[in-house]
Amino acid sequence: MQPIISVNNLSKTYDTGFQALKGVNLAINPGEIFALLGPNGAGKTTMISIVCGIVNATQGQVLAGGHDIRREYRAARSMIGLVPQELSTDAFESVLATVSFSRGLFGKPPNPAYIEKLLRDLSLWDKRNSRIMELSGGMKRRVMIAKALSHEPKILFLDEPTAGVDVELRRDMWELVRGLRDNGVTIILTTHYIEEAEEMADRIGVINKGEIVLVEEKHALMEKLGKKQLRLHLQNPLDQIPAELSGLPLELTNEGNELVYTFDSQSEHTGIAGLLRQLNSHGIDFKDLSSRESSLEEIFVNLVRGRS
Amino acid sequence: MNLHGVSALYKFEMARSRRTLMQSIASPVISTSLYFVVFGSAIGSHMTEIDGISYGAFIIPGLMMLALLTQSIANASFGIYMPKFTGTIYEILSAPISHLEMLIGYVGAAATKSIILGLIILLTARFFVTYSVEHPIWMIGFLILTSITFSLFGFIIGVWADGFEKLQLIPLMVITPLTFLGGSFYSIKMLPPFWQTVSLFNPVVYLINGFRWSFYGVSDVNVGISLGMTLVFMAACIAAISWIFKTGYRLKS
Repeated sequence: MQPIISVNNLSKTYDTGFQALKGVNLAINPGEIFALLGPNGAGKTTMISIVCGIVNATQGQVLAGGHDIRREYRAARSMIGLVPQELSTDAFESVLATVSFSRGLFGKPPNPAYIEKLLRDLSLWDKRNSRIMELSGGMKRRVMIAKALSHEPKILFLDEPTAGVDVELRRDMWELVRGLRDNGVTIILTTHYIEEAEEMADRIGVINKGEIVLVEEKHALMEKLGKKQLRLHLQNPLDQIPAELSGLPLELTNEGNELVYTFDSQSEHTGIAGLLRQLNSHGIDFKDLSSRESSLEEIFVNLVRGRS
Repeated sequence: MNLHGVSALYKFEMARSRRTLMQSIASPVISTSLYFVVFGSAIGSHMTEIDGISYGAFIIPGLMMLALLTQSIANASFGIYMPKFTGTIYEILSAPISHLEMLIGYVGAAATKSIILGLIILLTARFFVTYSVEHPIWMIGFLILTSITFSLFGFIIGVWADGFEKLQLIPLMVITPLTFLGGSFYSIKMLPPFWQTVSLFNPVVYLINGFRWSFYGVSDVNVGISLGMTLVFMAACIAAISWIFKTGYRLKS
């Protein structure tokens, strides 16, 4: 499949000498939701800014829909909508005026019916004549999304879309994003809320210190790197793990009241049965047990820690 | 060519001035009227004619120039400074619009406002003094050329400024003194010879005299040089702006 965005050997060094991107390669498939994860300062926003034309790359090439973002910037940028991280809006313009302005700026003839539908979908229609300065933060975020979608882009960048956003708007936004994907729009979102990526993404890329650490299909990633844990709530607290059990991946927590057994969920031999037999023979009783899979968050933290 | 984009930027800027009508039109008209009252009527009635022109009429081109220069710079610099200040510049940089188209939008709107303002001041002057325009085509030509040139200059200031103070700095410290000393209110022939020579190094002298010539057919300097100076300054502004766009200076990192 021809990628809709391909980033080749992209580097950026700012005037301050800070190297934000170090030879990044990345291919985004058409129609997918791609989540770019990384801690603050990892290079997420720099990469998006280069693709959108706000920051100049030091080195490397980016194609959007097969168009070089520098030489064929008109064709490339017409396809792209951007919702930046910062709430940057005009203060005195009305909602309707600012969204119509964005459509014109991106070279599209006026289409009041489309703009009306867009504003209705984002629950902004009632506010269309309000000045932006009168809106709440969440409403301003909606306005920025409407501006980004005003020219019917094929690719949408959402840079930290739900930072500082309430639960309702977050749900709305996720629904909107899925709706867009169903209409064939490719979505690239950056986030450091892992649950967002876990909820939304088809594929996940992890970026750290200007380098792509991995790119993986979400389920595969969680299966491959996920660990399972069995938690035993003990009848009587232990001072230490008996010496005979010390070879097992066991951990004593919660002041000796809990025994945690970590195992690989992919493995045929989880060793649970053996563990339980051994515990029994040592007279260790438990009153309850639970098992859980590690979340994407834990996977992510391990990845970023491991490489830093 | 992204005509929708140019028109969106142009209309956005024009809408901004409609919202701030008091500031962009009423305030320069009021201050110019005050000049007419003070210099034209009160003091002017005690002044002798200059080159056969009544003093009230003599100062019209200078006052128009004063308003054109300061307002073109103010409008154009504010127009590009605000998106930088609020962060909305991201949208303009990410739009499929060329540098030239962006410039036409911003500078075109700023120049349009100045031209409208100049014509309003000219009409206002009718209430205070009688005057004639000997070369109307040249008058309009100078009006348009000056508005565009100083809107380009204002654009540069707006890109360069990284604070509101800097926006005011050049108009206040350079443009206003040069205009006042550039013969808005007097003919440089009225100065002692030494200061006449010094005045010839003031570019605004050429702008005002060229403009005054289009009104009354008299000028302290050669009109060809006036036109040439304006065009040279315009070319310098265009060169500076192409450098800005090429390097991304203070627009793009």
